[in-house]
Amino acid sequence: MLGLEVYFTETLLRVRPVLTGLLLVQLANTAKNFEDVRCKCICPPYKEHSGYIYNKNITQKDCNCLHGVEHIPVPGPDVEAYFLRCECKYEERSSVTIKITIIIYLSILGLLLLYIVYLIFVEPILKRHLFGHSQLLQSDDDVGDHQPFANAHDVQARCHSHANVLNKVEYQRKSVFDRHVVLS
Amino acid sequence: MDNPGFRRGSFHSSTSDEDLVEISGATLDFSMTDDVPPLDRDLGEFMSYNGGGLNVPNKMMDFLEEPIPGVGTYEDFNTIDWVREKSRDRDRHREITNKSKESTWALIHRVSDAFSGWLLMLLIGLLAGSLAGLIDISAHWMTDLKEGVCLRGFWFNHEHCCWNSEQVTFEDRDKCLEWNTWSQLLISKSEGAFAYILNYFMYVLWALLFALLAVSLVRVFAPYACGSGIPEIKTILSGFIIRGYLGKWTLIIKTITLVLAVSSGLSLGKEGPLVHVACCCGNILCHCFTKYRKNEAKRREVLSAAAAAGVSVAFGAPIGGVLFSLEEVSYYFPLKTLWRSFFAALVAAFTLRSINPFGNSRLVLFYVEFHTPWHLLELVPFVFLGIFGGLWGAFFIRGNIAWCRKRKNTQLGKYPVLEVLVVTAITGILAFPNEYTRMSTSELISELFNDCGLLDSSQLCDYVNNFNTTKGAKLPDRPAGVGVYTAMWQLSLALVMKILITIFTFGMKVPSGLFIPSMAVGAIAGRLLGVGVEQLAYYHHDWPIFSGWCSQGADCITPGLYAMVGAAACLGGVTRMTVSLVVIMFELTGGLEYIVPLMAAAMTSKWVADAIGREGIYDAHIRLNGYPFLEAKEEFTHKTLAMDVMRPRRSDPTLMVLTQDSMTVEDVETLISETTYSGYPVVVSRESQRLVGFVLRRDLIISIENARKKQDGIVSTSIIHFTDHSPPLPPHAPPSLKLRNILDLSPFTVTDQTPMEIVVDIFRKLGLRQCLVTHNGRLLGIITKKDVLKHIAQMANQDPDSILFN
Repeated sequence: MLGLEVYFTETLLRVRPVLTGLLLVQLANTAKNFEDVRCKCICPPYKEHSGYIYNKNITQKDCNCLHGVEHIPVPGPDVEAYFLRCECKYEERSSVTIKITIIIYLSILGLLLLYIVYLIFVEPILKRHLFGHSQLLQSDDDVGDHQPFANAHDVQARCHSHANVLNKVEYQRKSVFDRHVVLS
Repeated sequence: MDNPGFRRGSFHSSTSDEDLVEISGATLDFSMTDDVPPLDRDLGEFMSYNGGGLNVPNKMMDFLEEPIPGVGTYEDFNTIDWVREKSRDRDRHREITNKSKESTWALIHRVSDAFSGWLLMLLIGLLAGSLAGLIDISAHWMTDLKEGVCLRGFWFNHEHCCWNSEQVTFEDRDKCLEWNTWSQLLISKSEGAFAYILNYFMYVLWALLFALLAVSLVRVFAPYACGSGIPEIKTILSGFIIRGYLGKWTLIIKTITLVLAVSSGLSLGKEGPLVHVACCCGNILCHCFTKYRKNEAKRREVLSAAAAAGVSVAFGAPIGGVLFSLEEVSYYFPLKTLWRSFFAALVAAFTLRSINPFGNSRLVLFYVEFHTPWHLLELVPFVFLGIFGGLWGAFFIRGNIAWCRKRKNTQLGKYPVLEVLVVTAITGILAFPNEYTRMSTSELISELFNDCGLLDSSQLCDYVNNFNTTKGAKLPDRPAGVGVYTAMWQLSLALVMKILITIFTFGMKVPSGLFIPSMAVGAIAGRLLGVGVEQLAYYHHDWPIFSGWCSQGADCITPGLYAMVGAAACLGGVTRMTVSLVVIMFELTGGLEYIVPLMAAAMTSKWVADAIGREGIYDAHIRLNGYPFLEAKEEFTHKTLAMDVMRPRRSDPTLMVLTQDSMTVEDVETLISETTYSGYPVVVSRESQRLVGFVLRRDLIISIENARKKQDGIVSTSIIHFTDHSPPLPPHAPPSLKLRNILDLSPFTVTDQTPMEIVVDIFRKLGLRQCLVTHNGRLLGIITKKDVLKHIAQMANQDPDSILFN
């Protein structure tokens, strides 16, 4: 069970570059998904006809008023004047990128929330089972920037490294929230 | 500044010393045995110490002088020693260059060492760009989540949901079948009072949920992730150490909670936190390269470049990013860093562009596309906008600092989570009824920057179109329709609300930036003024000021331009940015047409704001937190001398010094435990008080502990010597402990009569932590950076006790 949090953060940290790489790979095959390109033509109100917006899926060289406007609401001789006011723009997007990004974001957020749940509910129970008395959070004042979760192999060492990270957070929390020394 | 020259000075022969002594009339005892041995024998020692001597191979160093881990590192909340770090890097470079002549492998090592800087910049740009893309896309989506959900795929926000829809009408471009508001989902009704109330309720609920998640994550995992980050990064780049501020957890939490904070509708932006995110990327990637991991000065060069990349992705302005880093954030900015920062900023901007978060290859949501000309007479309203920006900036800084001080000192600071929730609730409840505060601030700015044409159908563009006078495609100035008047008073309410609520929002315990809210305030004010001038020109086109250039049927006033100039003015008034602001704005507009109005407004706002209060928002926060930041832009103009500032003062106990070879381990340990100074001068003897060097507390502690554990025979009565050779010991005495390798043989000294102007200049230019004061060659006292800062504060009639750190 304690291995779970080691696994969590290890995955979190290792998966991040992989996911970024994945994201970049997706860009490389920019989805020329047929629904990811459009030719957007906006025609303002003309005389008594109201304005229209047309979205069509045509190629970039065909994206002009002639091809972009589906059904022309005005009679014959006014067509040219009508088209003069219309504006057509070719736009592209990548829905795959959006989907992947949102899913990555939500999964990281979900993992963090699960970790909070673990810290609040599960860990005190575990601590009580394994140690009997709580003496975990004793550490000297060496607050360095390493101590990853990854280096621990046995329970006690893992607990100490975990305690080290928690201690660092505790130290930061004291500086910011309690003593108001930094970042007030 | 010239180290070798200075050191050679201390090896003067005794005759010239005594000559000087005779002239001044003092009676000093100069016995030859106290002198260090003459020059030639010491050339080896001369070169073996260069800030710790950790990386220099010197055959004359005995085996006891191998580097001890921990020596040469710094404690948390301390300042680094710039001179030492820079000389260490030069040593390392020299060693690699010398070794490269030996083998091909060493040559490759040298080439890769030179290339590693560029590789690091490339990686920083890629990572910063990707993270910015993630933040942009997620924030865009989550902001719309408060209003509804897309049925086609929950990951689409409102705009992308209706992207391919056929049912979009000209008047209601926002409505399409696939996008359902919450009331539509829950009770299948979209009109009516009950639907409105339900939407209102869901909006506030989502906002509260996002804010709660954000502040909980910050509190549980990374308390350093709150706030803007720019004041702390400024301090870090000037040499301060805050461990963990640029770490992995801070990066992850800042990215995640930034999206949550922006989406919760609070009046904050993401540009400042993006700089923090980019600097975290820079710091983390530094660990992959030994050259940057071990050297704090080189690392700060990388961080300057990373800050440039951060601003570049925030605004899509690489040049503006580099200039922002140069002007606002960095302290020492060598020219080599300029080119590398630009490279990092370009790579970041390019990465972001390929991710294409906004769907049309734009990097920012508010891109200005019009190119209509402006007239010289319009400079009057532009200068007026500048004055407004300056006034607002000064007012905002005063209000925000007062509120932050209250948060720091009173009970308010004990309830951060509750504070965030209350502010979010108030913001949400006040924001929903007004369409212009309900939309996200970036969208608001984008709409305000937009020049109204025939193709727009928003409320702000509801002008009365008279088609008979339309000549071709150019649209004349038109009278305002009903929609515009409604929009005007709604915008005025939005302006008041934003001005007030941002004061309480900036500085809360969630990541919060300041650029977007200031730009919004300025854009609203600018647009209001622009529409006012436009209507004035339309209805009174026969007045003398308008008749020359704004005849009927001409397109003379562009309210969008006024909005842009207002945004620049307010941003300049708050942050006091000059060059970087104008360059960022001109990169946003894509052209040089509007440079003169922008400069006029930026300069006016800076002058007005400076007249009211000297500091920008970031400097004010630095002073509020008491960081040891020596302001590089201000001149010190008082006539005090070094002896007025040095310690010990008359009432203090005498200076705590170590002697070079007559103290035992126990004496030194007692001295260290009784005092809390971060370093001690080393003198030849207590009687002569002639300076040998300076030793740091941390290095002393680590070396003594290490010696007690690892070296044989070191006990409490062992003599510690900083000389090259052990002093003569009585028989049966324990072996002595040589600590010469941790001694800085070239501490900077000034005489007691040196004017403080020069001392402040030395501290600034060299990045010193402390400077020793001598009188007639004898050590008299010490001036630390904290003393200098306190003195400056005292001279400026500020509270000298607010300087907390050294």
